Amino acid sequence: MNLELIVFLILAAAAVVSAILVITRKNPVTSALYLVLNFFIIAVLYLFLRAQFIAVIQITVYAGAIMVLFLFVIMLLNLGDDRLMKWKFNSTRTIASLMGLALLAEILFYVINFTTGAGLSPQAESIGTVESIGKALYAGYLFPFEITSVLLLAAIVGAIFLSKKQISDGPMEKGNE
Amino acid sequence: MIPLGYYIALSAALFIVGVVGVLTLRNAIVIFMSVELMLNSANLALIAFSAYSGDAAGQILVFFVIAVAAAESAVGLAIIIALFRNKLTVNIDEVNVLKW
Repeated sequence: MNLELIVFLILAAAAVVSAILVITRKNPVTSALYLVLNFFIIAVLYLFLRAQFIAVIQITVYAGAIMVLFLFVIMLLNLGDDRLMKWKFNSTRTIASLMGLALLAEILFYVINFTTGAGLSPQAESIGTVESIGKALYAGYLFPFEITSVLLLAAIVGAIFLSKKQISDGPMEKGNE
Repeated sequence: MIPLGYYIALSAALFIVGVVGVLTLRNAIVIFMSVELMLNSANLALIAFSAYSGDAAGQILVFFVIAVAAAESAVGLAIIIALFRNKLTVNIDEVNVLKW
């Protein structure tokens, strides 16, 4: 058992444990912080796979931008400590959890037989760099890249529209006025 | 050397944690976090296959997935804020106006 495999197994265990903590903590802020930990562990695994650019993007976009947005919304809505996260187990949720475990068992059953024995590809060192990703992005995937900008514009417009005060006259406004 | 199967097994485990979170939780924000967990597990599988097959297309796809996830979380959290403004709750059991 070499060092790389030991480090991988430790990181994998930490990733699974932090993911489970995300869905079991009662306080949403705690969940969000464990999710940040999970994103960092996955970024390290990307570095194991020589995907440097994606690892940096993972930390800046996911752990940076998206999680700040989550924490901002949690604190804006003041959901710190309430009864929203109580695990009230009814039959539907029990069945859902059991089916999740069954699905995990099925996937692992096929993955265990899926050991090709081959290591990282010889090109793996070079395809993860910013240079090679940029070349592939602008040469072969230019149109999807441009469409992504339209998607982001639509998301900005949608978020602003949904956050406008005029579209609702709910209890929050009535209380403030 | 780490076998490819280990990465896929980890990806599957993270995905299942996300699925169970979506199916069992009631707080809309934490359900969104579970969706992010699932997107990340899919990204991990894509990067692993990309590195083991020596093809950059997987990493390009992950780039697009991250862009879509950013757009999705912006719109989703705006929906949650609008929901909270109208209902004063983010508990999805209490939001059933579309249910007959």
